[in-house]
Amino acid sequence: MPALKQLSDLLSAKFPDAFLEVTEFRGMLSIHIRGGLILDLLRMLKTDPRFAYNFLADITAVDHLKKGGHTRYSVVYHLLNQHDAKRIVVHAWVDEENPELPSVYALWKTADWQEREVFDLFGIRFEGHPDLRRIMNPEDFGFHPLRKDYPLHGRGERDDFPVVGRTIGSKWPADRSFE
Amino acid sequence: MTLTAKELSTERLELNFGPSHPATHGTLRVQLEADGEIVTRADAEIGFLHSGFEKLGEHLSYNQYITITDRMNYLSPLCNNVAFALAVEKLLGIEAPRRAQYLRVLMCELSRIADHLLAIGMQAVDVGAFTVFLYGFRIREKIYDLFEMVCGARLTTSYTRVGGLMRDVPDDFDAVCREVLAEIPTAMAQIDGLLTHNRIWLDRTRNIGVITPELAISYGLTGPIARATGIDYDIRVKEPYSSYEDFTFDVIIGENGDVYDRYMVRFYEVWESLKICEQVLDKLPSGPVNVDADTKYTLPPRNEIFNSIEALIHHFEVTMENRGFTPPVGETYVPTESPNGELGYFIVSDGGREPYRVRTRPPSLINFSVFPEIMPGQTISDIVAVLGSLNIIAGELDR
Repeated sequence: MPALKQLSDLLSAKFPDAFLEVTEFRGMLSIHIRGGLILDLLRMLKTDPRFAYNFLADITAVDHLKKGGHTRYSVVYHLLNQHDAKRIVVHAWVDEENPELPSVYALWKTADWQEREVFDLFGIRFEGHPDLRRIMNPEDFGFHPLRKDYPLHGRGERDDFPVVGRTIGSKWPADRSFE
Repeated sequence: MTLTAKELSTERLELNFGPSHPATHGTLRVQLEADGEIVTRADAEIGFLHSGFEKLGEHLSYNQYITITDRMNYLSPLCNNVAFALAVEKLLGIEAPRRAQYLRVLMCELSRIADHLLAIGMQAVDVGAFTVFLYGFRIREKIYDLFEMVCGARLTTSYTRVGGLMRDVPDDFDAVCREVLAEIPTAMAQIDGLLTHNRIWLDRTRNIGVITPELAISYGLTGPIARATGIDYDIRVKEPYSSYEDFTFDVIIGENGDVYDRYMVRFYEVWESLKICEQVLDKLPSGPVNVDADTKYTLPPRNEIFNSIEALIHHFEVTMENRGFTPPVGETYVPTESPNGELGYFIVSDGGREPYRVRTRPPSLINFSVFPEIMPGQTISDIVAVLGSLNIIAGELDR
């Protein structure tokens, strides 16, 4: 398993335009790369016998609006090598104007629902995803709630939610009293 | 009158399963397309219980968020508590004392027994074996009494704190716990007698909902579902956390990846958890259950808070808003083996008192995503058998 420096050299030679950096925090290595080449990087990490990260544990995203980063969003991939029990984190950075990056569905089918969740909650689109729909929120929700500029209490969706008027306008009035 | 082929019209049948169906054990909807009895397409629609826990986490301090983790997997809340506490402790670069680690292992394994017993019971109830459920529930009730004894709550335990535990176990816990553990083998034997070689159970579960190891890896499946396919990966063994390396137990591996193997893996994992529980009780070291209060991560002892001004100020500094500890800038993820599979919290810190982003790696969501893939070709009555064997917890599925 290449250490931080080696990994950094290898990736900067392989992806000269897209590679950003490799960081380490509490023993966990994180690769930072521009989103456009994420599919190529993950394919290399999966198939190259030096890495052999055969298992995609998790896909999520972080909105760096209030924290600062290379660009506004990063999509985070947690990879696991089940043979050596080694893990690595990959941050794929995408910008605010056009948050789009290639889908990794071709490599792992677990990307189907997890990319849908990222799309739903962050509004990041995955090019080549077979069925990119919202998964948690209703189709007509209109916002991406885990973005940092979306308020905790929402934007009034709860009040605007269409409800079924059960007795309104019917023969039996809703506000009846039996006194 | 003779019927010709022309007069007999056939069409695919559209069926709705859920959102409120007794076998979904939570709110989720499956849209089915059936050709007679055979399912040809099963689309899952989830999100009915979406509660925005991850958004909420960005507005709560680290210790406050522990109460939210209870509400995710409400069948084994202690495993969620432990997973979150471990992630925050890694972020801070501290480690809970040995006694706290052992007690966490004990609580996790008791949760695993309760969770597996309920999973087996629910699976059996859904295919018509009601008695098994009662045998499982009786033991689960006693385990929940243990949780009540330790945490004061049965379901919303919130037992861990960053740097340790809410409090130590009571003095008579050891004896009561051993008493409960001694009852489990009897209940397991009863369940075994009712299910394992039962002809109806075998017909309803064998070669149903088969998952191959390749499919399991592609869909990111973990826990008993992955092990039932033959994948030898248990995080407790491969990436030990919270002193799991001190205990000896076997990893249960299946071979067919069908509903029956998932049942057998859960069944034998209860026995292994029982072994771990007994080892913890035998080896439980004495000492504090929280990191030293001088680190300002944990509260001073309660009697000191009421009796000395220094401890009172310390308590204030830890608990009040705009006070409390601030972890360094960074991000951590600690994988843990929850009863359903890999559970971990990915925490991003910007150096504030609240997490900048807190993501749950939800085993239920990822395990359920394989459902539309394995259902085509099965009969409609197999849906409940497969759903039960995947053990979907809606609170964790939608968060």
